[in-house]
Amino acid sequence: MTERDDIIRESHETDVLSAFEGDVPVGGRTPAAIREFGGKYLPALFSFLVVILLWEGLTRLFGIETFVLPKPSEIISSFVETWDVVWGAGFKTLSEALGGFVIGVSAALLTSFAAARWVRFREGMLPVAIAANATPIVALAPIFNNWFSITSPISKMAVVAVVVYFPVMINTTRGLLEVDQAELELMRSVAATPAETMRRVRMPHALPFFFASVKVASALSLIAAIVAEYFGGPQDVLGQYIINRANLFQFPDAWAAILVASILGVAFYLVILAAERLVMPWHVSFRTSK
Amino acid sequence: MKMVVDARGLGKVFGSGAEAVQALTNIDLRMETGDFISLIGPSGCGKSTLLRLVADLLEPTSGELLINAKSPSRARLDRDYGMVFQSATLLDWRTVRKNVELPLEIMDVAKEERSRRASEMLDLVQLELFADHYPWQLSGGMQQRVAIARALAFQPSLLLMDEPFGALDEMSRELMQQEVLRLWGETGISVVFVTHSIPEAVFLSTRVLVMTPRPGRIKTEIAIDLPTERDLSTRESPRYFELITEVREALRSGES
Ligand SMILES: Nc1ncnc2c1ncn2[C@@H]1O[C@H](COP(=O)(O)OP(=O)(O)OP(=O)(O)O)[C@@H](O)[C@H]1O
Ligand SMILES: [Mg+2]
Repeated sequence: MTERDDIIRESHETDVLSAFEGDVPVGGRTPAAIREFGGKYLPALFSFLVVILLWEGLTRLFGIETFVLPKPSEIISSFVETWDVVWGAGFKTLSEALGGFVIGVSAALLTSFAAARWVRFREGMLPVAIAANATPIVALAPIFNNWFSITSPISKMAVVAVVVYFPVMINTTRGLLEVDQAELELMRSVAATPAETMRRVRMPHALPFFFASVKVASALSLIAAIVAEYFGGPQDVLGQYIINRANLFQFPDAWAAILVASILGVAFYLVILAAERLVMPWHVSFRTSK
Repeated sequence: MKMVVDARGLGKVFGSGAEAVQALTNIDLRMETGDFISLIGPSGCGKSTLLRLVADLLEPTSGELLINAKSPSRARLDRDYGMVFQSATLLDWRTVRKNVELPLEIMDVAKEERSRRASEMLDLVQLELFADHYPWQLSGGMQQRVAIARALAFQPSLLLMDEPFGALDEMSRELMQQEVLRLWGETGISVVFVTHSIPEAVFLSTRVLVMTPRPGRIKTEIAIDLPTERDLSTRESPRYFELITEVREALRSGES
C-alpha cells in the first residue's frame, strides 16, 4: 500500500458524517419513498434523541454542575435567547471558512492539473505535499494572525485555505493519475490528444476522489476557522464568542455557539453531498437496484 | 485485393539484458480486405502483443508492419481500425449512447451526425432500447456489444478484437459470434480476432493462425472452407468438426 492509499483511506474513515450518504429520494414522494426515507434516517434520529435524553437524565441524576457540563435544556434555552448574536457570529465564521475553502480548493485544483500534466512538477511537489498534509497546519494560525491583521477575516481564510489545500490537492491528483490503463489505451486507439484524454477520462475519473476530499475539507474548513479565531480575532466570531462566554462562566452560551457551529458544519456537508449527486449521478454510491 | 495488414519478419522483445522477453519472432502476416483472421495459441504466446503492434499501442523491435499501406501510427491517427478490448472498457460516467459517440466526439463530428451514427450502430448491435442506460445497468454481453458499436462508429476498415467474449457464458458467446458474423457480412469490414476457443476460431474465421509459445511464431495457417453463411447447422456439420480437430492437432503438434 502506498502512502497515498493511506491518505484516501484515512479521509474515508474520518468521514464522520457519512451516515448522511445514501439515497435521498429525489422527485416523487410516494408513500414507498417516504417509508424508505424513514427506514434509513429514523435509526440515526432515534440514537440522536437517546443521546440527548441520556445527557439530560444523567446530568440531572448526578447533579452535574452547569460549569462542568450544562444540560441540553439549558443549552437550548440559551440558544433561543442568544439567537441573533450566536447566528451572527456563526455566519461571520462561516464566511471565513467559505472564503478559505474556495481559495484552498481552487489552488488545489490548479496544482492538481499541473501535477497530472508535468511529471517533474509532480515528482518535486507530491512528497512535500504529503508531508505537509501530515503536519498539524492549524498550528500556523498565530503566525497568519501576525502576517495579516489579527482582526481581519483574511488571516482566518489563509489558515483555512492552507488546511483545505493539501487533502484536496493530493486526492484530486491521485484521481487524475490513477486511471485504468485500459481506458488510456482506448483513448490512444481512437487517436485522442492528451488534452482530450484529460477532459474525457482523467477529469471524470478524478471527480469521486475530488468530492471525497472536499467532503472532508468542508468539515476541516469550519474547524480551522474556529481554531484560528481562538488565537485572536474580532469579538463577534464563533471562536472568540466561545472563549469570552467560557471566561465569564456562561457555559450554556458557549455550548449554544458550539451547536451553531455543528449545524453549519452539517449544512455545509449536505450542500456538498447534493452537489456531488448532481455532478456525478452515475457514481457507484448512488446506484439503486431498482 | 487491397492489403489491410502486411507484416514481414515482425518481432517484439520486452525489456532488455538478462530480463529481455522475446514475445514475438518472425511474424509474417498478410491480410486482405474482407478477411476474418483468428489468432489462437497458448496463453502468453503473444496474441495480444501482435494485436497491440497492429494497433500501434506497442512498437515492434524488428521487422516491418504496414496497415493499409501506411505506418501503424499513421493508420491509428487516421482511425483506420476500431479496437475491442478483452474487457468492454466502457466509461462509467457515460450512457451507452455517449460511449458509442466517444470516438466521434474526439473526431469533432457534429452533434446531429454523432447522434445519428450512434443510433445506427446501436441498431446494428440491437441495443436501441438501452441507449440511455449506464454501462453498469447492462449484462457483460451487452457491454461487449456496446464496445463493438463504439469500435464501428467511425466506420474503420479494420476491426481488432482481443478475446472479446472471454468473460461470457457459452450461450451468450454463441449469440455474440452470430452477431459478429452478421456485422462482418453487413459491413464488409476486415477482422483480426484473438481467442482461446478453437470452436470459436473455426466458426468465425476465413483463416485461423495457430501460434507457438515463447517466442511467439505463426506455426500453422488453416483456411476455413465452411460456407460463408454460418448458423447453427454449421456447428453441427461434419466439416466443422474436422476443422476443429485440425486446429487442435496443429496446437498440439510439437508439444512435449
Ligand atoms: N508490457 C509488457 N512488458 C513485458 N512483457 C510483456 C508485456 N506484455 C506482454 N509481455 C510478455 O509477452 C508475452 C506475450 O504476452 P501476450 O499478452 O501477448 O500473450 P497472449 O498470447 O495474449 O496471452 P493470453 O492468451 O494469456 O492473453 C508474455 O510472455 C508476456 O509475459
Ligand atoms: Mg492476451
